[in-house]
Amino acid sequence: MRHFVEELEQLKTKLLEMSSLVEAAIQRSISAVIQKDRSAAEEVFHNEARINDIEIEIDEFAINLLALKQPMAADLRLIVAALKINTDLERMGDLSVSIAERAMSLMEAPVIKPMIDIPHIAGLVESMVRKSLDAFVQRDADLARSVLASDDAVDSLRTACYHELVSFMEKDPQNIQQALDLLAITRNLERLADHSTNIAEDVLFLVKGIDVRHHAEART
Amino acid sequence: MGSIDTGMQVAPEAKPSAGAVSKLCAKDLNFHYGSFQALRGISMEVYDKRVTAFIGPSGCGKSTFLRTLNRMNETVRHSRVEGEILLDGENIFKLEVSQVRRRVGMVFQRSNPFPKSIFDNVAYGLRINGYPNRAALRDSVEQSLRRAALWEEVKDKLHQSAYGLSGGQQQRLCIARALAVNPEVLLLDEPCSALDPIATAKIEDLIFQLKDSCTIVIVTHNMQQAARVADYTGFFLLGRLIEFDSTTVIFKTPAKKETEDYVTGRFG
Repeated sequence: MRHFVEELEQLKTKLLEMSSLVEAAIQRSISAVIQKDRSAAEEVFHNEARINDIEIEIDEFAINLLALKQPMAADLRLIVAALKINTDLERMGDLSVSIAERAMSLMEAPVIKPMIDIPHIAGLVESMVRKSLDAFVQRDADLARSVLASDDAVDSLRTACYHELVSFMEKDPQNIQQALDLLAITRNLERLADHSTNIAEDVLFLVKGIDVRHHAEART
Repeated sequence: MGSIDTGMQVAPEAKPSAGAVSKLCAKDLNFHYGSFQALRGISMEVYDKRVTAFIGPSGCGKSTFLRTLNRMNETVRHSRVEGEILLDGENIFKLEVSQVRRRVGMVFQRSNPFPKSIFDNVAYGLRINGYPNRAALRDSVEQSLRRAALWEEVKDKLHQSAYGLSGGQQQRLCIARALAVNPEVLLLDEPCSALDPIATAKIEDLIFQLKDSCTIVIVTHNMQQAARVADYTGFFLLGRLIEFDSTTVIFKTPAKKETEDYVTGRFG
């Protein structure tokens, strides 16, 4: 039994390593966009392979625990949640790479407008990611619920950004390439928020045993 | 003894009563072996045509409760029972005991065929119940062996000794013997504890098939077995029923800390 408890701790440790790599990738990809930091973008590209490797390690480790230990109740929920969070984290790593690629494309271009909304969305997204992962580490259902409540704010900001960027494109076709890059960045930021929401939902399943996906009324 | 909640929020549809009809109902049941109280205030329903499993550590009272369901415990000297068990609404302690045991059959941990032929083992209960017609008796024996998924393996050696069968076959023979008198409820007391995984899988498949026609209650030490075969599971500890719910809830999101500790192996 003690050995199994240690293995569950190892699973959590691996997932935390994955979380910190992904959190760093998100943060560096946002710096690449906002501060036009080329080295930050390159760092994101460089770390992607490690994220992919850990994803496979975690999956294999968790599947072995399911097959060999026949976990029940809280142990079962932890392993299932870890598998799902792992998949979300890997996708978040990919989205950071996409953001960094768009940042590279924007690096040399003249700025068509000062960046106000994107840093705002990015700040919200970073906070959601951090809170969802903290909620997992601390098994904090209230913190997880607060992440779910933030998703709408990101969605509205992204919609506002979309309309603004479309109007820039309409004004001057010269803006199209840059506006498309910025649109892709806002879309990827919004997807990062969605993945944080998924993680928060998995934390609620882990801690409370409830499934709040697609049930807005159960989220509060 | 107080129970601690785990804080789980259980989906309303997971409640045991959803769509199920009560077959057996225990009401505030206490059972004593002399001065030792083995069961304390058990109240629960066993649902018709469903599989109910009882789990818990050794000495928790799960087998005692099972044996009370067909008054088997009355054979123990100095035992005493209080409370009621209703079978289709009738208190079994006020019914004729042989009637109760005909309606509520039992299979034990160790297969216990009679020192007779395979055929005679299955025919035994039927003969006692006055089956005069030999053809009907033969049909009924075949039917019971088929229901117990044993017919194909024994049809050519029906008149050989039951002791020549393997452990798994002997256990299915005991199930066939119990099924022969068409019980409404079948009680299984750790039926697979002495069997290998293949024989265990056959018994589990059999339980799954039998629940269409029979209510099944199983006591098992093997939690995975309870998880595989049962619709409902009750967790016993120190003579009390700590938690009773759908098997999914018990093994995924138990409401009581004692249940959580037991099913995750952190007990004690």
